[in-house]
Amino acid sequence: MGSAGMLHSSKEVAARRAEAARSSPSVSMFGRMLWRAATLRRGRAASALLAMVVAAAVATALINLYVDVQSKLRSEFRNYGANIVIVAKDGQELPPDAPARIHSILGDKAIAVPFSYIVARTQDGRSVAVAGTDLSRARQLNRWWKVSRWPDAPDQALVGMRAATVVTPGRQPFDLSFQGKTIHLTPAGMLQTGAGEDSRIYLDQTTFQNWTGIAASTIEVAANGTTAEIEAAIAQLRKSMPRVEVRPVRQIMEGEANVLNKTRATIYACSALVILTSTLCVLATLIGWVFDRRRDFAIMKALGASERLVTGFFAAEAAALGVVGAIFGFLIGIGAAVWIGRANFHAPVVPRLSVFPYILLGSVAITLIAAVVPIGLLRRVHPANILRGE
Amino acid sequence: MFPRIVYESFRHQSRRKLLAAIAITLGVAVATAMIAVATDIGDKINRELRSYGANLVVTPQEDTLDVEVGGVNLKPPSDGTFLNEADLPKIRGTFWHHNIVGFSPMLPVTVKVGSSASEKDVTLLGTYFKKTLHFGKEDFSTGVTSTNPWWKILPCVDARLPRPDQANDKSTGCHWPSDDSQDVVLGERLAARFDKHAGDMIEVSGRRLKVSGILSTGGAEDDEIVAPISVAQEIIGKPGAVRRLYVSALTKPQDALAVRDPKTMTPEVYDRWYCSPYVESIAYQLQEVIPHSHAEPIRQVAQNEGTVLSRIKGLMLLITFAALFASALAVSAAMATAIFERRVEVGLMKALGAGNVAVSAIFFAEAFLLAVTGGVAGFFAGIVLAHQIGRSIFNSQIEIAPVLFPVIITIAVIVTFAGSAAAIRRAVKFDPVFALRGEG
Repeated sequence: MGSAGMLHSSKEVAARRAEAARSSPSVSMFGRMLWRAATLRRGRAASALLAMVVAAAVATALINLYVDVQSKLRSEFRNYGANIVIVAKDGQELPPDAPARIHSILGDKAIAVPFSYIVARTQDGRSVAVAGTDLSRARQLNRWWKVSRWPDAPDQALVGMRAATVVTPGRQPFDLSFQGKTIHLTPAGMLQTGAGEDSRIYLDQTTFQNWTGIAASTIEVAANGTTAEIEAAIAQLRKSMPRVEVRPVRQIMEGEANVLNKTRATIYACSALVILTSTLCVLATLIGWVFDRRRDFAIMKALGASERLVTGFFAAEAAALGVVGAIFGFLIGIGAAVWIGRANFHAPVVPRLSVFPYILLGSVAITLIAAVVPIGLLRRVHPANILRGE
Repeated sequence: MFPRIVYESFRHQSRRKLLAAIAITLGVAVATAMIAVATDIGDKINRELRSYGANLVVTPQEDTLDVEVGGVNLKPPSDGTFLNEADLPKIRGTFWHHNIVGFSPMLPVTVKVGSSASEKDVTLLGTYFKKTLHFGKEDFSTGVTSTNPWWKILPCVDARLPRPDQANDKSTGCHWPSDDSQDVVLGERLAARFDKHAGDMIEVSGRRLKVSGILSTGGAEDDEIVAPISVAQEIIGKPGAVRRLYVSALTKPQDALAVRDPKTMTPEVYDRWYCSPYVESIAYQLQEVIPHSHAEPIRQVAQNEGTVLSRIKGLMLLITFAALFASALAVSAAMATAIFERRVEVGLMKALGAGNVAVSAIFFAEAFLLAVTGGVAGFFAGIVLAHQIGRSIFNSQIEIAPVLFPVIITIAVIVTFAGSAAAIRRAVKFDPVFALRGEG
């Protein structure tokens, strides 16, 4: 059974070889024609190729940017701070495993910062709001905080500008008391935000907890992602912690969505325009190129080439041009996108290789159209008329 | 003779010339549209960034400390000093009043809600919803509906308030209260806690107020009652009192000049600083018009605006360069093709004794005519394109500076010349014998 199969296949191979030997002159002729067409009259071929390369490069760069800019802008928008707030319900504390749960749902990229608040009394009996937090993470989350110096020791406090006028007008160490317990603090630096934070004093969380015994009541989370991803994350957080309130910060989320959508639409419209222009330019150049070679076409036909062969020849030539143009254009376009990412966002754009098949397909399609349209027109003309130069 | 050759060339080769002109028109149209969008995008995105809310806050100069925990301010409501509501319309008189999109005064007061048995302390926030104010001969309206666009009135389940003329959502009937009324809106969590709906009455510190809608903000206001500012002023018995004023302004990104102290500036630098819409100089001007006030940028909003804006502007600039490059290429490709096809003609002219200069001059004259016609048509097509983009994306016009017209035409001529130059040189150098024999 096996040997019979072998025999059959070896026979087949022999037949194929014979056929290949018979057709090889025409194949090599075809190849030679393609090669000569490209090397002779280099000027025209090069300008057609150049147009193709530029169009493919522009398309690659813009598509890459369009995809990448959104995530770049999103991370830019994270500088606005938290977009999710997790709050304990009235008078309760957050479950102690809340930070771990948040981390397991949102991963490393999200910044989650716990906050706890109390009202303490100064030595002269005035009330002031005091917050305990993870200061190094708060610094990452709230980058707009203008801080003269961040605390580096546990008994140092970050004092809001307005709070400072009450508790430590001369930047001297001060005492605060809460439920009979007193703490002695040194102001490390001043905090200025123009909002509620200016009226508070911020302490390191451990110091805060040792003093008051109160755990975090709020966790502010800056999560990165699309609106749908954030909403999914919120739903997951709600499911994981049913006894706390998980709220989106609408001010931040809606502002972001609004600006991002408008920007995306603008880039989309502009990219479409630019790609359309360069496509039309390529099409015009290529059609001109093929039209210019109507003599070649006529000579081939006069020498007895079949219509299919001639069309096939021009199509193969065009496709080769499309492939070469797409490859060079893709490489140049990726380079341009990476450069733009560096120049504008100070972070490289990750090259998207998945764009390549589309660029390749688009290029080949355009070159084929550009080859087939003039051939279709020329086919109706008698070769002799073309050769006579009419 | 020269004009006639050019004229005849256009007359006989009208199809070719049309193709080249179309290519130029297309290229110029895209370039114009892109330049218009890129120059205007800063302003457009700046307006969109206002959806993040106010970027300036004005407080009384000698204010006492806020003691705010969990959204509840423990400071006694009558404590401290206030701004005067009567000063607010003066904001319209500042140098940069066109840049001020809106402002909302805030007066939080603590009220008791519910019947005497189950009274609870709740914050009632007095503000403007959409208040009409007068300054000089001018009328304008402002309030939270313009400064805080993320504040939303939830659609009602049952339409118990059929007042379609003021309705926020026509199909239901829930709406923002009128600023002259005694109606209030309830934060959504507060409404759920007291089980109140739109149209119900609510007992607030001995007054019965009508709930005109349920408010959702995603912030501390969800636990508060929001009322016209006159209601809050009545409750604490201080007519005209304003605790804080939030101002939403279009600003210019911060630079080295912006953060300098105006007191240390020379008069010229001071003028330049004062007449630039920096958030700092707008704050300074607000302090000038509102007596005994202290204006400060809200850093969360003000600081990030600049970065986002400069990123988007930079990106558009780069895309514009790509567009200009692509259109320049389109134009020069079209010109090169058009000239290449006329080698035989060149051969004939040269055989009849025309010099290289004369032949080039004919081609350049033709290129110039094409560039100007194509450029003018393209400029107007570009205006239409830019308007379309502006209308469909930003719901507003994209302005094109008339200065752009000569610039665009000049660019079109230069690009056309540059694109033709190589082809013209090759056509002129071509041996007339070969051209006439048809051995191109």
